[in-house]
Amino acid sequence: MTNRIRVSCDRKNLKLIRAFVTDTLTPVHLSEITLNQIILAVDEICANLIIHSNQEDSRKNLCLTIHHGKQEIVIELEDNGTPFVQANYKEPNIHDNIRAGKKGGVGVALVNRIMDKVEYSVQGSTNICRMYKYLA
Amino acid sequence: MKIKHTITDNTITISLDGELDASSSVLLDEELSNPSIMMFGKILVDCKNLNYISSAGLGVFISHLQRFEDAQIKLIFFNMQEKVRNVFEILGLDLLMTIVSSYEEAVTIAND
Repeated sequence: MTNRIRVSCDRKNLKLIRAFVTDTLTPVHLSEITLNQIILAVDEICANLIIHSNQEDSRKNLCLTIHHGKQEIVIELEDNGTPFVQANYKEPNIHDNIRAGKKGGVGVALVNRIMDKVEYSVQGSTNICRMYKYLA
Repeated sequence: MKIKHTITDNTITISLDGELDASSSVLLDEELSNPSIMMFGKILVDCKNLNYISSAGLGVFISHLQRFEDAQIKLIFFNMQEKVRNVFEILGLDLLMTIVSSYEEAVTIAND
């Protein structure tokens, strides 16, 4: 089963994206916690794409595709903004964030802990983030 | 996201209703950034109707925690749904913040 949605890069669309993930994955019968975690992982990547990669330019779009089978859920996010460079990513230290009063920087850490595999690639001008959650 | 607050003596109880994401967390940040909140010794956060939290919502609490601790203001969460508590747990924030089951427990800890 594959479902796809395209939304403009406006942070108000995050709610719409979460509703799409919920509707798409309801037939999979995940536990409430697992479903919420997957919704969160998608929300985090989309928020980064909208805010950081595309500077909340609502003329730009991102595309979310969810494939689900018995063994795994595969989520693909495509956009044409500034690519995320995984090599430059540093895992945050929560204690340092608290001491510094830092608001951001823990979204990717959540995604990495929730999903079983996260891949970033670039094809031409399109950035692709592909995330896997194994069910078996 | 709807935010209500109730004040009794030295305590402000903030009730969160809805979803805290990168869009709505701005409202909560404004609420916690208000200088008047520093007049209270205890901030209780009722999470009964908080249905979702993302890193942006967590980030608001993370960013104010040190300021509250420095001012000896107790920040206590209660009535948190399991799926929301799980998000705090993924980052180990449940060990760094005070999260209890009920309002009564929150009041007891706040008065310790």
